Amino acid sequence: MLPTAKLYSSCLQGISAMSMLAMWRILTLGPQNEETGFTMGIFKWMVAVTAGFLSALGCGGLALAAQPTPWQMGFQPAASPVMEYVVGFHDFLLVAITVITIFVVILMIYVFVKFNARANPTPTRTTHNTLIEVLWTVIPIIILVVIAVPSFKLMYYSDRAVDADMTLKVAANQFFWTYEYPDHDDLTFDAIMLEEEELKEGDVRLLSTDNAVVLPVDTTIRLLLTANDVIHAWAVPAFGVKMDAVPGRLNETWFRITEEGTYYGQCSELCGANHGFMPIMVTAVSKDAFEAWLLKAKKEFASDIRPDPIRIASIGLRAD
Amino acid sequence: MSETGHTDVHVDHDHHTPTGWRRWVYSTNHKDIGTMYIIFAIVFGVVGGIFSMLIRSELAEPGLQLVAGDPHTFNVWTTAHGLIMVFFFVMPAMIGGFGNWFVPLMIGAPDMAFPRMNNISFWLLIPSAILLVGSAFIDSGVGAGWTVYAPLSTSGHPGMAVDMAILSLHVAGASSILGAINFITTIFNMRAPGMTLHKMPLFVWSILVTVFLLLLSLPVLAGAITMLLTDRNFGTAFFDAAGGGDPVLYQHLFWFFGHPEVYILILPGFGMISQIVSTFSRKPVFGYLGMAYAMVAIGFVGFVVWAHHMYTVGMDIDTRAYFVAATMVIAVPTGVKIFSWIATMWGGSIEFKTPMLWSLGMIFLFVVGGLTGVVLANAGVDYALHDTYYVVAHFHYVLSMGAMFAIFAGFYYWIGKMSGRQYPETLGKIHFWITLIGVNITFFPMHFSGLAGMPRRIPDYPDAFAGWNMVSSFGAYLSGFAALLFLYIVFRTLTSGEKCADNPWGEGATTLEWTLSSPPPFHTYEQLPQVR
Repeated sequence: MLPTAKLYSSCLQGISAMSMLAMWRILTLGPQNEETGFTMGIFKWMVAVTAGFLSALGCGGLALAAQPTPWQMGFQPAASPVMEYVVGFHDFLLVAITVITIFVVILMIYVFVKFNARANPTPTRTTHNTLIEVLWTVIPIIILVVIAVPSFKLMYYSDRAVDADMTLKVAANQFFWTYEYPDHDDLTFDAIMLEEEELKEGDVRLLSTDNAVVLPVDTTIRLLLTANDVIHAWAVPAFGVKMDAVPGRLNETWFRITEEGTYYGQCSELCGANHGFMPIMVTAVSKDAFEAWLLKAKKEFASDIRPDPIRIASIGLRAD
Repeated sequence: MSETGHTDVHVDHDHHTPTGWRRWVYSTNHKDIGTMYIIFAIVFGVVGGIFSMLIRSELAEPGLQLVAGDPHTFNVWTTAHGLIMVFFFVMPAMIGGFGNWFVPLMIGAPDMAFPRMNNISFWLLIPSAILLVGSAFIDSGVGAGWTVYAPLSTSGHPGMAVDMAILSLHVAGASSILGAINFITTIFNMRAPGMTLHKMPLFVWSILVTVFLLLLSLPVLAGAITMLLTDRNFGTAFFDAAGGGDPVLYQHLFWFFGHPEVYILILPGFGMISQIVSTFSRKPVFGYLGMAYAMVAIGFVGFVVWAHHMYTVGMDIDTRAYFVAATMVIAVPTGVKIFSWIATMWGGSIEFKTPMLWSLGMIFLFVVGGLTGVVLANAGVDYALHDTYYVVAHFHYVLSMGAMFAIFAGFYYWIGKMSGRQYPETLGKIHFWITLIGVNITFFPMHFSGLAGMPRRIPDYPDAFAGWNMVSSFGAYLSGFAALLFLYIVFRTLTSGEKCADNPWGEGATTLEWTLSSPPPFHTYEQLPQVR
């Protein structure tokens, strides 16, 4: 597997160079504030370095593909601010855990060489060293605190949209998704996976659906999720979104698509026999194209628009 | 742990040692029951392994092959693989097998506190295992995953299969709770004179912490699956939103058991690794008290982190924040253990015998699995990784490599003591290296598939994931071959292994079992040893 070996070595080079540069960056500049108001500078910068290395050396993750690619080793390219943060934070974690793993390996190899029975026939009887025991308790705590700060920021940032521009409601079913646009006259339609014989040029097996969820770019979208039968999870890796759709509950999260394109995801909570066959296909278009699509879609899916319980209740009130 | 005086290597004299089938079926002898547990674990390790081979065969290339026309069968395989490996391989091997054999021997007790209860603990496992394996074949089988989340396991699964699995887990749970009571009583009351709690070997400490986790967590599982049972059959609606229940409640109950359970699977391994590393470094364990209380801390904190399995379920954000913080805390005592093992070797005189190789492999691979656990602990990143193959890679690094490597380490360490015949050293080392290479080829690429977004528990995947999945499957076949080699080694050891000395490991092996003959007499410590 020659290409695989190449991938390994190139990624290792990337990681080692990245960690050294990251150290330098931390020491000299420190994190910067970005327009999002978060200290994302260091992470964005790390993403850039990784991207540079990986694409230069043939890892090729960062071509503008919004779907998984063969032999891919990292995340899909980010297409939302949350996912950009996730990628950056993960790269930081990857450096941290790689450094720790290498440290442990070095210690182990040193021990094997220095203290094997041939090299050291008489063992010491040392069983305590307070200083080192305190150190290996305190240093991990410090590392964890360093990890926790960006971790909490990311978690709270990705939780809810402060000012959503529109809402997309997703209802999960065995084994398809129902999408509702409550801000756009309750436009409603189902999205079902294309079977192999239905695939046309450009469709992706197991990922393309009959109807794409069309959404505008640069728009903060509030996502509401529920399910009609069992628990499912709506996930689009490029947006950094994964949220369970639970019967009897309404979950909320958000995303904001930064680039036009088609994005794919899959159901991410075991939901039965065809769990692997209810993909998610999102087509992100410009705001104008979205308005145009709405006009067309409202006609196309007119028969799909379903009266919802809230409207029945309000009719009742009016009669009162 | 030094020991004086009565090294009782005397043969049976006036004991009426039972023979034939009565010796085993009616057994109240901790060594015989331990042996039966180990045989049971090997048998079901093979059964669980067959399911994993089926899974990897299906996933070797895109498209549906083995489960064409019925993808549900794939879910049945993953469910059976998970439940069998957890309940009928790792737990019986570590707690029932090595625990039964060596806890009484290490603390200088003649037997377990409740020998008849010990018997029923083992024999309950047989109907439990039959019910569980049966549940995979009756009706269409349980395809709800080892977590059996409602409502997929209630309204989503008509037929008897889930009911059978629930009954199986009830019986296995009863078995484990009885075993837990037995171990707690034995360790607290039957230590030889001078064997204070702070002189107990770390393996005994690990079993003590483990059985406390069992005793406190299993009743919660029993309650949860009883509610599943009544939801399924008696019209209750604990987990049915339409009836006022909540599917998420099931997940809280399950993981309140499930998270301690993963520590139940690894803690006895920690104990064994401590004994083995100390033995083959010819040095006492470094930081003994820190090691013991690190396990207590892991056990305690293990009870308050359960919802990190549920970051995407829609919990309150501040609740998630708490679980992130609590989960990261576990890394600290775990780090103490890793560094203490290395410090135990530091300045030692290390012999790389087979059990030591498995232990060193376990330490390294557990570090890898533990660190990806730190990544997953961060809810922000977990949204991207939850329910992907990254998680599968993570928990196989800590279980398939952490727990299973520890079981093999313990097996090679103690087989001479248990059977009186020593394993073939070269074959043992070959087994180690093939397994090490096999499991890494299997599970390391899963990190890549997971990062790229491949979800768990799918029988077919988008074509882009084909490459790494093919690599994983080859690795799995290699590991499967290593498992066959292990069976051959067991056969070779028992039929033509060399006679094992009382203490084959030399001065590094200081615990009490090495003062006995190999195999030990049917009844040990008729006169209690004195521990200084």
